[in-house]
Amino acid sequence: MTETDIRLPIVTALTEDLDTGFVALFDGYRNVVFSAALRLCGRWADAEDLTAEAFLRAYRALAGYEPQRIATLQPRPWLMTILANLWRNAARSAARHPPPAPLDDAPEAADPGEPTERVAERSETGRELAALLGELPEEQRLAVVLRHVADLPIAEIASVLGAPEGTVKSHISRGLKRLRLLYPGRYDERS
Amino acid sequence: MSALEPTDPQGLDRSDPLVAGLAALAADAPAGLLDRVAARWVRVDAAVGGVYVAMTDQGVAYLRTGQDEDEFVASFRGRFARPLLPGGTPPPALRRALETGRPTGVRLDLRGLRPFEDAVLRAAADIPRGEMRPYAWIAERIGRPKAVRAVGTALGHNPVPLLIPCHRVIRSDGRIGQYVFGTPAKERLLRMEEVNLDEVGTLAAKNIHFVGSDTTGIVCFPTCHNARRITPAHWHGFRTLVQAESAGYRSCRHCRPGADVS
Repeated sequence: MTETDIRLPIVTALTEDLDTGFVALFDGYRNVVFSAALRLCGRWADAEDLTAEAFLRAYRALAGYEPQRIATLQPRPWLMTILANLWRNAARSAARHPPPAPLDDAPEAADPGEPTERVAERSETGRELAALLGELPEEQRLAVVLRHVADLPIAEIASVLGAPEGTVKSHISRGLKRLRLLYPGRYDERS
Repeated sequence: MSALEPTDPQGLDRSDPLVAGLAALAADAPAGLLDRVAARWVRVDAAVGGVYVAMTDQGVAYLRTGQDEDEFVASFRGRFARPLLPGGTPPPALRRALETGRPTGVRLDLRGLRPFEDAVLRAAADIPRGEMRPYAWIAERIGRPKAVRAVGTALGHNPVPLLIPCHRVIRSDGRIGQYVFGTPAKERLLRMEEVNLDEVGTLAAKNIHFVGSDTTGIVCFPTCHNARRITPAHWHGFRTLVQAESAGYRSCRHCRPGADVS
């Protein structure tokens, strides 16, 4: 299903009844929002918090929107914008008030919030790559995660970042380049 | 990336191990995440009639009686700005609490409260079934002795009446005062708990607000279960706690009429 197919019934449901429509919105976008949240903040429990908070903010915003505004809503980039703002704010307040350093901060350590069966099925490579995303500057990380993990088109990412498409593309290509440098050998670009 | 590489409609080169590796980092949202956002409502029959209850993943957040479904949903939305969906499963402890007036084991979600309201409601939660305490007693207990009127306001804002028994808080002059579901409902609830409101009223008319036993030397609120056991031969009434204390009585450790008893 394309985004157009997913979007229309959700927006229709939202204009008819906010609470029923909200469940459709949640079901339609929870996986993409959670995936982005997980790869932005890097920890399973934080990603759950961030996703829940993003959808709650979305609900509160929708409660104040005119029907006209809901009818023209593009839910995916709109939700991702809410998520990105929450993540930036959380990252900023964490930088101001750093939590006590965990005893075992190795990137290989299993995420305590992640269900064990998922840890088992996920490859070592995936864990390393997920940890490397944390090395990217904020906007590069956001652009790379939205493009390559959440699979958003450039135009939607541009609206999330509030930047021209050219800037988004440059964030993405710089981000990928940096990931290849951080992990020499595995992700080298083929000549 | 070479132009000869296979590309998908999004223009991603899936044969690039980095692109494929990033795509594999997508994860399904865990089950139950919706319950972190939305509350669920259910209607429960209680001694006071039909009760609507909204529950979050943290516990019971809202309870109302005397409303229909639409009014309940609208008032919840207005107060909590959170989605409310049908289909909650009331925990067995909730039904039991509504039947017996003893809310042990019912988890409450009081996140929406201001710290003062939270303190007031937690103090009120300790009042046992069948007993009453004055508004001023709550104010003393939370360390805000002058905030008696604000205590009344906070109790009137109780999101979970019955589970936090704000109906057991009355005026110091013995009148039962206001209630979130109306004064008649408060009186009905107290009588259902077998509080002897007539006796409390008679004593208050005689300016008696504390009662003591000369065998134990203990002074109580009139509805304290210790006070109800005093036999007429040993029963003494007092207007103020100071009067009782100067007659050699000490505050009951159960109903704690004196703020200094903790």
